[in-house]
Amino acid sequence: MKTLVLSLGLLTVFSFSPVMNGYEVGDEARDFNLKNVDGKNISLKKNSGENGAIVIFTCNTCPYSVLYEDRIIALQEKYEEKGFPVIAIQPNDSKKSPGDSFEKMQQRAEEKGFNFPYVIDETQEITTTYGATNTPHVYLLNKKEDKFYVAYIGAIDNNSRNASKVTEKYLENAVDALLKGEKVQNTKTKAIGCTIKFK
Amino acid sequence: MTRIITFLCFLISFASYSQQVEVVKFDKLESLLKAEKEKVTVINFWATWCAPCIKEMPYFEEIRSEYDVDVVLVSLDFIEKLDKVKAFAEKKNLKSRVLLLDDVDYNSWIDKVEPRWSGAIPATLILDNRSKERVFIGQETSKEELVKSLNKFINP
Repeated sequence: MKTLVLSLGLLTVFSFSPVMNGYEVGDEARDFNLKNVDGKNISLKKNSGENGAIVIFTCNTCPYSVLYEDRIIALQEKYEEKGFPVIAIQPNDSKKSPGDSFEKMQQRAEEKGFNFPYVIDETQEITTTYGATNTPHVYLLNKKEDKFYVAYIGAIDNNSRNASKVTEKYLENAVDALLKGEKVQNTKTKAIGCTIKFK
Repeated sequence: MTRIITFLCFLISFASYSQQVEVVKFDKLESLLKAEKEKVTVINFWATWCAPCIKEMPYFEEIRSEYDVDVVLVSLDFIEKLDKVKAFAEKKNLKSRVLLLDDVDYNSWIDKVEPRWSGAIPATLILDNRSKERVFIGQETSKEELVKSLNKFINP
């Protein structure tokens, strides 16, 4: 009885947290159509490559996101021509995080010379559907017959603090495996990141 | 005389305790997660740059004084920011134990803290290692939520 009361109690506690569903590896990912910093809309269907896309939920204000900016630029340089272009989605509500407003995104993209689309998910519908929880948060999408399947979810690599000390490039390993037609070994990783600011 | 000096040293160390920041690797935190203690432990993961973390921090200091619990504030700031963390702890006059977890291979330990944790901060874990019960709050919390969670353990 005591266990039951305690379990019910715990359930009550958990019910305060929003239910975080979202995609698992292997799920089909939905299309999106979101406004890019250049004012044009970007859709997964139209702007993906021959093999898929690297979708990264990231923002201006999170220190971890900032630490990964150069690495995301390098990813686009390396993988766009291989059919896996980067699409960066800014998921934060700009009322709660003014540093992530569309104008501030445009400024940051200009300053850093982003070579990839940097789009805003104003309604946060894509963020919640995909199940992104923190920034940066990667969803590697593999294209098969015009459908997109989640092949990897998680971090870019295992050292946000220092790119030169990375010993495991989780995302690159996953993309390389797909390019070789092999199975992705490590399909899910976690990293400390900033909570996505929901409306 | 020796006893008096020892006592004074104890007092001094106690008085300056609030400004100490212990730098630890994950093994130390893991032993804390597993420690068989008489008290409930509240572990909050934060960083000096994390606005929602700073916002909720007073609630942890409050429950520390209002309940018979151990509160541990685990900073995930990088090690080169240690002085910033120390200055923060001093400025806010933090009474809770403050650790700086210097272990950036996050994927190797996040699930060991809590499999439901996405890695986003703030995050809070309330543990009772006698009953093996735990509550995990994977987002910003409130005083009300903390008190509710604690009451599950303390006034069952």
